Amino acid sequence: MAEPGNQAFPTSLRFRDDAAADEPSVSLDAFLDQGEADSVRIEAGEDVTVLFPHLDRVRLIEVDFPRFRDGRGFSTARMLREAGYTGELKATGDVLVDLIFFMRRCGFDSFAPDKPFDPADAEAALSRWDHVYVPAADDRVPIWKLRHG
Amino acid sequence: MYRYDKYDQAMVDTRVEEFRDQVRRRLEGKLDDDQFKPLRLKNGLYLQLHAYMLRVAIPYGTLNSAQMRALGAIARKYDRGYGHFTTRQNIQYNWIKLAEAPDLFADLAKVEMHAIQTSGESIRNISSDQYAGAAADELIDPRPWCEMLRQMTTFMPEFSYLPRKFKIAVIASAEDRAALRWHDFALRIVQNASGEIGFEVYAGGGMGRTPFIAYRIREFLPTSQLFSYLQAVLRVWNRHARRDNIHKQRMKILVHDLGQEEFTRQVEEAFEHFLSLAEDFPQAEYDRIAAYFAPPPFEQGLSDEIDLSDPAFAAWVDRQVIAHKAPGYAIANISLKPVGGIPGDISADQMDVVADLAERYSFDELRATHAQNLVLPHVRKADLHAVWQALVEAGLADANLDLVSDIIACPGLDYCSLANARSIPVAQKIAERFADPARQADVGELKIKISGCINACGHHHAGNIGILGVDRKGSESYQLLLGGSGDEVTTQAKIAGPGFDEDGIVDAVERAVEQYRTIREPGERFIDTYRRVGMDGFKEAIYG
Ligand code: HEM
Ligand code: SF4
Repeated sequence: MAEPGNQAFPTSLRFRDDAAADEPSVSLDAFLDQGEADSVRIEAGEDVTVLFPHLDRVRLIEVDFPRFRDGRGFSTARMLREAGYTGELKATGDVLVDLIFFMRRCGFDSFAPDKPFDPADAEAALSRWDHVYVPAADDRVPIWKLRHG
Repeated sequence: MYRYDKYDQAMVDTRVEEFRDQVRRRLEGKLDDDQFKPLRLKNGLYLQLHAYMLRVAIPYGTLNSAQMRALGAIARKYDRGYGHFTTRQNIQYNWIKLAEAPDLFADLAKVEMHAIQTSGESIRNISSDQYAGAAADELIDPRPWCEMLRQMTTFMPEFSYLPRKFKIAVIASAEDRAALRWHDFALRIVQNASGEIGFEVYAGGGMGRTPFIAYRIREFLPTSQLFSYLQAVLRVWNRHARRDNIHKQRMKILVHDLGQEEFTRQVEEAFEHFLSLAEDFPQAEYDRIAAYFAPPPFEQGLSDEIDLSDPAFAAWVDRQVIAHKAPGYAIANISLKPVGGIPGDISADQMDVVADLAERYSFDELRATHAQNLVLPHVRKADLHAVWQALVEAGLADANLDLVSDIIACPGLDYCSLANARSIPVAQKIAERFADPARQADVGELKIKISGCINACGHHHAGNIGILGVDRKGSESYQLLLGGSGDEVTTQAKIAGPGFDEDGIVDAVERAVEQYRTIREPGERFIDTYRRVGMDGFKEAIYG
């Protein structure tokens, strides 16, 4: 699998300045059992709320997309940000470049797709939209606010 | 009606460019068909038996003459000179080429239209009352709320890959003309005891192979909290829906599996959370949108008199014209159900005629109805005769609103790759069987709805008489259902018994209708008689 720093995966798709976590992530169950790991992986369908009491000791959360059509990870990410999580939030698995704009808006700040993106396509996808209709986990201002100052 | 500002225009223009880029990457082989499929579906493009089918959104069924003309121009330029109005107030084209689709979208954007989220696992075009803004019985015009919802549901990041499609309807009257409770999420605008406007909320309705009528999950939702509430519903569903079986991923299944009470509890819990984020839209935004829907400048002091000395005109008025809230005005329904025609089909030339009529006689406004007809919502009674004459010339003057030949039918096996059976020829044969206007008038209101397969695009579950295509071969290819309705009572039709072949189903419909005529009590519509006597009162007449 491509990891940040590899040739196949442009580092620009990590949108953070801090150092990346160096330990591999563990499963949600292992994380809750051991109480040591600082990186955790959430599979689609797992209940992210059980992580909420532990967020201050987590550096990296990987959210897996088993198939791109499985949109549960979008809610997982946004709920983590709404719960105050500020560490790295990485989308892994079947992540398509056409999804990354919405993923960024839900709070993902790094991407490790099974199939690497073409950097030009990623850049285009992320810079395409000047405006957004609704608020999400990012700080973009919804059109309805822009209209009314 | 609503007009785009620079932001709305930028959103659809950007969408056109995004799709152009996606088509380019598909044609260059950078996207495989599997990856491209959901992207084109989110832009309304289905691959069908013969070509791509495109569904264009007509937000809450409202359009102006420039838009109608543009739809006609698109039919000529990219299709074969006609279009098809659907049961969710959209229009479909059947013969689209993928490479031309980006240009088509650019043409749509020029008249403030799009095909965004008209198919795929997305929040679809909002449906509403086709008489909104004109109906005498509405509390307020529901369309400002529809437009609020249109904007709020366009590109919701968290809900961009929902478990399945999500259909919303909004109405503001006691009479339900939008099949409210057959939707995933539905709002009826109501007034509470202290005079505030709010929403009565329904969730979990839908047709398809497992039909459910939506439950009421909230008696009163303050309008200012709509965004929070909608997100709560979507989040509960997005997180907890099944993902292992495409047929069990609609919200109706989750509501049913959890039970109304538990689903509602989870929604309320999520709702509290969203309220705490304080991200709801400002009242000023509603006011801004509502201003676009201010009533048109109706003339005062008009007469309510209509000269009905021409019997053909009188028959049309009697059937197609509905009371308007403004004195001297009327709502004129345009039938897209000529006997022997394809329900909902309209030629580009006819679209131009209708556009001209809207411009000249209806404050530039048109509506599409879920029964696949059109409406001129604000016609001076004094102009009705001129409107009718123009419709006669254009072959659009059938007088059959809600009658036995006003049939809803899906495209069926003539176009659809999922079909078991043809729908259109059955609709045509039934309409021909009852072609005599006197006979139709005698039968009265009777809603026949035909689907070519279990997906129920033709609303057979909601038909007073429903017809379902069940098998491609063999003699038993159509099931007969009775007793459904999409009105404020909302009932699901039940299967009458063994199926029929194509001619047999037409005979069976006729026998059901004759039985109704025999046993009806004065003033009873077909559905009333069915509700009184039940299936038992019809079975023997149908099956002997
Ligand atoms: C020809 C291409 C079409 C295809 C492939 C298609 C496919 C489908 C499928 C698979 C469903 C079932 C969805 C579900 O249960 O989750 C469905 C439902 C539906 N479709 Fe279509 N459809 C087509 C055309 C149409 C047309 C032309 C109309 C309108 C006349 C329409 C209106 C609907 C409606 C109203 C439903 C029921 C929604 C519900 O379950 O609540 N569809 N369609
Ligand atoms: S009901 Fe079936 S046959 Fe008819 S359009 Fe829908 S999917 Fe096709």
